[in-house]
Amino acid sequence: MAYPYRDDRETTTILSRHMGEPEARSLSGWLERGGYEALRKAVQMEPDEITDVVKDSGLRGRGGAGFPTGMKWSFMPSEPSGPHYLCANADESEPGAFKDREIMRWTPHLLIEGCLIAARAIRAPHVYLYVRGEFFPVIRILNQAVVEAYEAGYLGESVCGGGWSCDLTVHIGAGAYIAGEETGLMSSLMGGRAEPWMKPPFPAQRGVFGAPTTVNNVETLASVPGIVMNGSAWYRQWGSEKSPGTKLWCCSGNLTKPGNYELELGIPLGEIIHDVCGGPPEGRKVKAVLPGGSSTAFLTADELDCVTTYEGLLEAGSALGTASPIVLDETAEIVPAMRRIAQFYAHESCGQCVQCREGTAWITKILRRFEEGDGEPRDLDTLYDLCDQLTGRTICVLADSVVFPLRSSLDKFRHEYEALMRRGASVPT
Amino acid sequence: MSRRLHPAVAGAQPFQLSERDPDAPLFGSEEGRDRLEAILSRYPTKRAALLPLLGYAQELHGWISTGDMEEIAGVLELTPAYVWSVASFYTMYNKHPAGRHMIQVCTNISCHLNGAPRVLEEFLEQTGTVEGETTEDGRFTVLEAECLGACGFATAVQINDAFHENVTPERVAEILASLDGPESS
Repeated sequence: MAYPYRDDRETTTILSRHMGEPEARSLSGWLERGGYEALRKAVQMEPDEITDVVKDSGLRGRGGAGFPTGMKWSFMPSEPSGPHYLCANADESEPGAFKDREIMRWTPHLLIEGCLIAARAIRAPHVYLYVRGEFFPVIRILNQAVVEAYEAGYLGESVCGGGWSCDLTVHIGAGAYIAGEETGLMSSLMGGRAEPWMKPPFPAQRGVFGAPTTVNNVETLASVPGIVMNGSAWYRQWGSEKSPGTKLWCCSGNLTKPGNYELELGIPLGEIIHDVCGGPPEGRKVKAVLPGGSSTAFLTADELDCVTTYEGLLEAGSALGTASPIVLDETAEIVPAMRRIAQFYAHESCGQCVQCREGTAWITKILRRFEEGDGEPRDLDTLYDLCDQLTGRTICVLADSVVFPLRSSLDKFRHEYEALMRRGASVPT
Repeated sequence: MSRRLHPAVAGAQPFQLSERDPDAPLFGSEEGRDRLEAILSRYPTKRAALLPLLGYAQELHGWISTGDMEEIAGVLELTPAYVWSVASFYTMYNKHPAGRHMIQVCTNISCHLNGAPRVLEEFLEQTGTVEGETTEDGRFTVLEAECLGACGFATAVQINDAFHENVTPERVAEILASLDGPESS
């Protein structure tokens, strides 16, 4: 469920305006809400015109990396020698993130419309919508919407009667976090293990099935119809120069009102946690926050005045990531939480790179030792050493993802590790 | 249950169901042939149909046997070893028969902070099994799951193809009772 944050929902929301309205799921309900008007407009536009509007809007990828969407599209060859593909990344599995699931389960047609407009911009005749396998209830909703869109002529031959054709195929994963990494996704889509590959070649040069490909996140694609309909200046009324627009914030952990909130980019993090989500339950104090999901660095209670833009959170020493703050209150313990995070990455490592495969497992084992009150002083050095070994040395960023929270937990909450040293072990000063 | 699916969604059907027919032929039926043809029509290579077909096998049989893998390898012109290497990479493909109710309790960070380990314990205790195992009567398999993408509704539990949100240890008995009665023989 979405929790409307402000009363003026009509003017501050783009993505979540119709969340919570079951009628918006059906094609007729979607058309009553102005659905597919942006698509009608887009089929009359030249592909490069669409790309330019999105470029001017400053929309940045919502899957975590924040790469400018229009620029990504402009890397696609403008004179295709064969088919091009758009992959919609709906393999949402970053711990803390649950925004794409909400978009798909409430407004599946918004996503389909965004996919079609993006496909037209990059001249792709086929869209693969790669959905996380676990999302069965969501998949049912999406499948129904796709069939409806085909039957009504929004998908398939001559979209909206404009002479341009585009297909969309729903493809479901089967439980692999790494399939959310764009090259891992394409490996999986081609019928393989979801193993990422080295870049270059970049997907726009050589992607799925050897063809130029763009991979975009669900929330990114769902932001596109509004931008095409209303223009880039309209989108830029929200957010900052470098981080325009609105964003779904998935707030979880120790919170009174966890949930999804669509907010303008740039609100101070503390305001989101306290004013929007009601802070931790029973008036407890915040101890730490992972502001962008489990793969971003911890911020302490003293660092919550930073602004929630891509640049603001980088400056604060963390990252916006998927905009999924996980809040730990004063009763939560850092070491078990960090162990649980590390355990996830150890489980999800695809195993191609030694540093990642071994490193994530070692980190988990060492943290478990601390959790059992059996840590040793040298373990802290080993953990720091592993942080160095796991950074920037692997094919994809899964290994780096565990380092961000780990290193920051060691730097900022060392005392919690020290309290879990084996009795009698001396603590270096 | 023969139904013609739109080719756009033929390879994307929920495959973790409680109704199963372990003896149904994969491609020997009209439905199986329709499904295969619809899936193949959506990809430029045969190999790309592998995940959708593994899903179809599990949808039908509840798990994927080596026989199923060999049959899929045959229609896609792949080796059985390759199919196994892919199937074994993904956690959702059951390589052994699972209980009729596959209970997956998310214990990842957001759920962990909201008491998920106790929810998992409660499920294990009330079903009388250990993590990763199936009860003797074949009703329940209980698993510790990685993030289910429902972090704001902790603790998240998935039972077959349905989601249960905001699960507390107190609600476990009621959830189990809602599934079905004891296995009738």
